[in-house]
Amino acid sequence: MAVVSTPPTLSRALPAMDNAEVLRIRNDFPVLDQLVNGRPLIYLDSGATSQNPLSVIEAEQEFYEQRNAAVHRGAHHLAVEATEVFEDARQTVADFVGAQFEETVWTSNATEGLNLISYALSNASLWAAQGRGDARLRELALGPGDEIVVTEMEHHANLIPWQELAYRTGATLRHIPIDDSGLLLMDRAAEIVGERTRLLAFTHASNVLGTINPVAELVALARSVGALVVLDACQSAPHLSLDVKQLDVDFAVFSGHKMLGPTGIGVLYGKQELLDVLPPYQTGGSMITTVTMERAEYLPAPQRFEAGTQKISQAVALAAAVNYLTETGIDRVHRWESELGQRMVAGLEGIDGVRVLGPAAGQDRIGLAAFDVAGVHAHDVGQFLDSRGIAVRVGHHCAQPLHRRLGLTATTRASAYLYNTTDDVDEFLDAVSGVRAYFRA
Amino acid sequence: MSLDQLYQQIILDHSKARHGSGLSETPAPDGASTGQSHQLNPVCGDEVTLRVAVDHGTVAQLAWDGAGCSISMASASVLSEMAEGMSVDELRSVIGNFREVLRSRGKVHADPEVLGDAAAFEGVARYAARVKCAMISWVAAEDALNQAA
Repeated sequence: MAVVSTPPTLSRALPAMDNAEVLRIRNDFPVLDQLVNGRPLIYLDSGATSQNPLSVIEAEQEFYEQRNAAVHRGAHHLAVEATEVFEDARQTVADFVGAQFEETVWTSNATEGLNLISYALSNASLWAAQGRGDARLRELALGPGDEIVVTEMEHHANLIPWQELAYRTGATLRHIPIDDSGLLLMDRAAEIVGERTRLLAFTHASNVLGTINPVAELVALARSVGALVVLDACQSAPHLSLDVKQLDVDFAVFSGHKMLGPTGIGVLYGKQELLDVLPPYQTGGSMITTVTMERAEYLPAPQRFEAGTQKISQAVALAAAVNYLTETGIDRVHRWESELGQRMVAGLEGIDGVRVLGPAAGQDRIGLAAFDVAGVHAHDVGQFLDSRGIAVRVGHHCAQPLHRRLGLTATTRASAYLYNTTDDVDEFLDAVSGVRAYFRA
Repeated sequence: MSLDQLYQQIILDHSKARHGSGLSETPAPDGASTGQSHQLNPVCGDEVTLRVAVDHGTVAQLAWDGAGCSISMASASVLSEMAEGMSVDELRSVIGNFREVLRSRGKVHADPEVLGDAAAFEGVARYAARVKCAMISWVAAEDALNQAA
């Protein structure tokens, strides 16, 4: 039933994952071993937040039991150890996405990463207006006549910070529209991205449509006009091999809790020459060199953007999550999830009254599918599935403009991860096929 | 609690019947004072625009338009059916009672003598995420009453 599409970049040399391996993996995730409404939990909401393997939970616990101290200050033993594991974690996560250590900034989540870029850029505009900073900083300043470009499929977190940046600087926000199947209209993109464009922000993989956007083409467009590129990697970093250098983006953000890590930690990647020039977004302790009563000098990245006591145990735990993904093999995970995604879409398309958003079966997508059930509100679909122990997301998935474009207000989304079997997908499909009858739609 | 206890027959019926819906096509009765309220639940997109018409202290009409889940639509339908003919004070008191039951997490039982068909929403109280669905039209009615009365 499933149409397996293997992205061409993936090595076929590695053995593919199968249900038997997934069941072993599942043993590492304590939360998945429970009954919900009398049924074994089937967790298909990893696009919202993923679950944690024991190694991640233990890494955080071990930190508090053995190494807890403030980092980058204090000469005592624990402080040194805490700093070491904190910075080792940064290296682990940097390696995972092909970034340099200095280019990897801890944030609370991807949303904070995007706001950080947005505020650092408007601060650059303020500094430039007051003659502060050098020529490189003045090049980053935005003002009236400049344009910021996003896409119609963005999560609110990759839309509103740019609306507000436009408001603060007088720049104009534009967007690249999508077609009915959810693909970016690239011919329109080529018209919209022009000499006024200073920044192009887009998602790598859509949290609603499941599409993987043509990063290389979009980056080439931005480069041709000298615009900066911001990549929302929330739905890609956890699920596929991400190399920020190879993609040649200027900034990328992702969240720890969507990639087997804890909440409260995220990552901002930025090219070093940009991070070191941009003004800080938050100021305070740990990010300065010299402070007088009048002013302060700031450290280079990453400390430049890490004011105050950091998310230390979360960083350590995120590194454990990355190690878990690396040991499993992120390319293998990607292949498995593509298979699950195809199985979902092929199955959903066969259910009367179900409309799948995004690409049809057989076309590339990540391991998620959002859909509408004719005559039944998404909230009711979600409740029905929950009664069978199946956890999905319902609502607009923080993408109201995208839903409006597709003529919908709310949809149901199932999103898989490395701990989901094909049986999970089949159970889910079986449940969805009973929804309309139950609600007499 | 089973799904059928949440989605009682009466709720599924009302979610289809939608008594009182069609606000734009329903003119308010002549001489009545009206109040209108729009409520939106940003979490799920449930939306209700509801108008009450009050004539000499009595709810002459309760009309609404909305889009949302079966619970929110059924709850608006039941409310519309119940409210017409009630005094303003009576409707306010029923709304207060409904809110108390819905926010009790299942601790306060619905009295069918007081709530009529709306007692069927008792089960919603156990689903914290759905309480707003059941309440949205009642919050709108309360707001509209404040303007009309």
